[in-house]
This record gives sequence, C-alpha cells and structure tokens, in this order.
Amino acid sequence: MGMTVVEKILARAAGQASVKVGDVVEPRVDLAMSHENAALVINQFLEVFQGTGLPAKVWDPSRIAIIFDHRVPAESPKTATNQKKIRGFVAEHGITKFHDIRGDVGGICHQILPEYGYVRPGFVVVGTDSHTTSHGALGAFSFGIGATEMASAWSLGIAVNIEVPATIKVVVEGEFPPMVGPKDLILHLIGKLTAQGANYKVLEFHGETIRKMSTSGRIAICNMSVEAGATSGIVPGDEETVRYLREEAGVTDAISCVTPDPDASYVRTVEIDVSTLVPQIACPHMVDNVKSIDQVVGTKVQQIVIGSCTNGRLDDLADAAAILRGRKVAEGTRMLVFPASSRIFAQALDKGYVHDLMKAGAVVMNSGCGPCLGVHEGALGDHEVALSTTNRNFKGRMGNPTGEVYLCSPAVAAASAITGVITDPRKGA
Amino acid sequence: MAKVIIKLENDISTDDIYPGRFMATVLPTETPQFAFFDRTEFNAQLKAKAFPAGSVIVGGENFGCGSSREQACSTLKGYELAVVAKSISRIFLQNSINLGLQVVICPGIEASEGDELEITADQVLNRTTGKTHAQVRLPAARKGIMDAGGLIPYTRARLMARI
Repeated sequence: MGMTVVEKILARAAGQASVKVGDVVEPRVDLAMSHENAALVINQFLEVFQGTGLPAKVWDPSRIAIIFDHRVPAESPKTATNQKKIRGFVAEHGITKFHDIRGDVGGICHQILPEYGYVRPGFVVVGTDSHTTSHGALGAFSFGIGATEMASAWSLGIAVNIEVPATIKVVVEGEFPPMVGPKDLILHLIGKLTAQGANYKVLEFHGETIRKMSTSGRIAICNMSVEAGATSGIVPGDEETVRYLREEAGVTDAISCVTPDPDASYVRTVEIDVSTLVPQIACPHMVDNVKSIDQVVGTKVQQIVIGSCTNGRLDDLADAAAILRGRKVAEGTRMLVFPASSRIFAQALDKGYVHDLMKAGAVVMNSGCGPCLGVHEGALGDHEVALSTTNRNFKGRMGNPTGEVYLCSPAVAAASAITGVITDPRKGA
Repeated sequence: MAKVIIKLENDISTDDIYPGRFMATVLPTETPQFAFFDRTEFNAQLKAKAFPAGSVIVGGENFGCGSSREQACSTLKGYELAVVAKSISRIFLQNSINLGLQVVICPGIEASEGDELEITADQVLNRTTGKTHAQVRLPAARKGIMDAGGLIPYTRARLMARI
C-alpha cells in the first residue's frame, strides 16, 4: 500500500522501506529547534549525563537551532539570565544556528527557520514550541515536543518512540475572494474540525488553492494546524517550495521534495471551496469558536495586534499598509505591529509599509512574539478586547484573564483599526 | 483511594494550567506556585498544601491543549497530583509521561468534586457513584519511558547502551 508524505519521511528517517499508521519508529532528527525554553532543555540535558561518566556533548551542534523570540528584549532579569545561560551553552557546544536579539538576523523562530533555509522538504524537525507545525509548509514533518524530549534528542539525535500518525487529507479548491486569504481558510478549517478534531493526526494539504499559495500563506495554515490538535500540518514540497528556498532562503544545494503515493491511505478527507469563503474570526476563548465576520462586526476593540509566527510576514504587513495608507487608527484603539523577523522589518522599511503604518498611528515594535503569549509588549487592561492576527485566544492569553482576544487576518485587523470596532475589510472602513 | 479536588471543563489549555507570563520560571521546584494561577482560589489551596499526594484533577476532552510548555506538567507533578480526563492533548500527554506525572485517559469518566476514585491498571472506579469507567491505554510506544521512571533515566540508559 502507498504511503502519505509523513509516512514516507518517517520511513526514510528511520531507515525502513515502509511504515504504516501505529508503527513505532525512531527517526533521526534533521533539525532540533528551541527558543528561550532552551534554558530548561539545558537543565534536563545535563541531568541526562549525570552519573554516566560521559561528557555532556550534544549529538550534532550543526543540527540544533536556538532563536530568542519569546521575550525580546528580556522583560525581566530572570529572562535575561536565562538568555545569558543559553549564550554560554551555545558557545561551549559550537551551536551555529543561533539567533540572538539582533536587528539584522533576529526574529521569530518559525520565521527564521524557513528564511535561513534551515528546513528542507523531507526533514524531520522537532521544536520545543507547539507551533513547530509551521515548517510543514516546506514539506517537512515538523512537530512540537517538550523540553525533556528535546534534551533526549540533543543526547541521542533521534526522536524516541514515535508512533506513526494517521493523516487527514485536506483538499482546498477555488480562488480566494478579495480580502480573504490563508488565515481565513485555516480558521474556517479549525472551526470545522474543532480544537481536538485532528488530535494525534497530520493534516496534509492539497488542491489548486494550496498549489497557488505562497510559502508565507502555507506557513500560516501549517502554523495553526496545531490548534485543531494536529501533530503537524504539511504541504508536500513542490515548485513553490523550491522557488522559496532558492530565491528567498538562498539555498544552493540539492532539494528533493517528498510527495504522497497516489494510493496512500487517509483516515479522512476534508474538502473546502474557498471561492465563497468570507473573513473568519475566532472568538474568545477558544480557537475553534470560529464565526463569520458578520456575526461579530461592531465589537469594540481596544488593541489591534498584527504580527506573530502566524501573520507577521511581508505580505501580511503589505495587506495592512494598503488598508491603512493615508488613514488613521481610531481614537481609543491602539495598534501594535511586530514584523516576524528583522529581515522582514527591513523589507517593510524599504517598501514604505512601516512608514504607512506609523503615519496611521500604529506602533511598530521589534521582531519577536510580542504580546501573543501574554508576557510583555502589550498586555491587556481589565476587560479589554484585542483583535489579533496571532494564533491563540485562550483566557488570559494576552496577559490578563479578564481580557478577550479575537483572532483574524491582517486585512480584518487593519480595517478594524480605523474604526475601533471589528470591521469587514470587504466593505471598507 | 484518591479524592477529586476539582472538576474542569473541556479544552483546558496550558495557559490555564500555567500562564505564559510565568514561563521564565523553569525549575520544577519553583513552577508549582503558579499552577492554575488565574483560578485564584484553587491556586491558593494548592499552595496551602490542602490536598494530599495522589489527589485528582478531573478534566473533559482535550485536556492540556495549546503550548508545549513542560511547566504545565511539572507544576502539577510538584504537588503529586493525577489527571483523569476524557481525552488528553498530544504534547501534554507526552510531557506528562516524560516527567512521570500520572495521567489517565478515561473517555466516559463521570465524577464530581469530592468524589473518591480508585484508579486501577485499566479502569477508574468511582467509589462515590459506584460506577466504573474504562481507561484508554497510554500509547504502547511510551511504555519503555514509563517503566524507566521518565524520559531522563530512559535516555540515560539508551546512551549507556551505546557504549
């Protein structure tokens, strides 16, 4: 019987001719990514070696990536000290894929990995972040793990005891209407599947809409696959994947894409036609609480956030700038923008997007996760409402358990910034 | 016998269990103070050590969804609590096994706060209601880790076996 993309990747990485759902395999890890929680990984890693008499050495420093993004610049002495400890470890172990707090090569881990060509089609990627699913956008099997599991991978170079997951095939057809895009698609899909509808499974994306979609859009949909519980989202590598890696990531060595067999077996097939899709909003306090925009238009909003690993890329900033150019952010509403990487920030400067956004009244912040996880750079006041292009709206997510977070596309966020209430970008502000 | 100390709804996120703003705290000795921090009363009871080891949190579907933060497990492990839920999110389940936090998947669990549960190898007996509920076995792939007492000793043994 044929194999899905992830089955093929796992078979190859485990040195087997084939695998099937439920098999237990131990794939070699091609890339192991952490951010500030490397501080905990280091603790666990050192504990593994305790009493063994072996030197605590990582299996392959060239396959470890560490990117500071969750709290940059450090919001507290505690974080700064964690970051200091990680820098020491990076230097000691010769870890080269390290991105410190910098205005040239810094950014969010899930943007840096594709941008620097660290992820390739067919790779097995693990990351101590649930949104590691993002890298399925480049045809890799990429999934989130905890810090102790990462310590194990750093020690052994394999992911221990992985059960081959079942795959749901998602076929997307049709052309997006104006002001509707990949974010609306993934929110719609999560609403349809529910927050646990893809638990322990992979979402494999197909169809004409996906083939025509840019890597940026693919990253957005794979990024949020985890919000339906998926182990990973994956777009089989294709011409766009190769184009992105060559032209944008500067990759010059061989790239080989993995595609599913025609007779691969899927646990379920979901078909979506986007030609009739309208802007989608995930309402408090669950990502699967998805509504069409007409059900929530007029909701008053105090904070607009554009950014994150989901929607902080150049096309997202372009969408926002096009809507806000020559307009003003409403009084009583504040707008915060976080380019996903320093490179994107620089490109947005060159193209004038940063100027457009600032002239409109937006505050353009440094690249990083910003307020997405509720640590700093934009906490909500009591009972305030945020409209955000990020990926989670759990209670307390933006730092205040009495706050509310609505999730949307950059176009909806920008149109709503002008009015101060949730606004349909198709109808104009 | 273990008492249910709180009954929670579906989709309890890791932000609920361990809010993101405390993620700079990583040491298992320090994370317990922030368990369910925004559920003020429950957090205070935990910190006052109102519950003996083995006490049970009952959850609904998709317990532990969201982030990969391991603090969400170490914070509960610090009080030696157990989780019995209808279903458990993938990363949370793996982190629990890796750290030795007792988690039980029990799709039909019916229990209220104060109920006394008896957790056996394959079922959960609610002594208060008299009903028994079947468990779903934890992934077979993870048995070796459980038998070793967690992923750190398991990895250490694997490393030593390579020499």
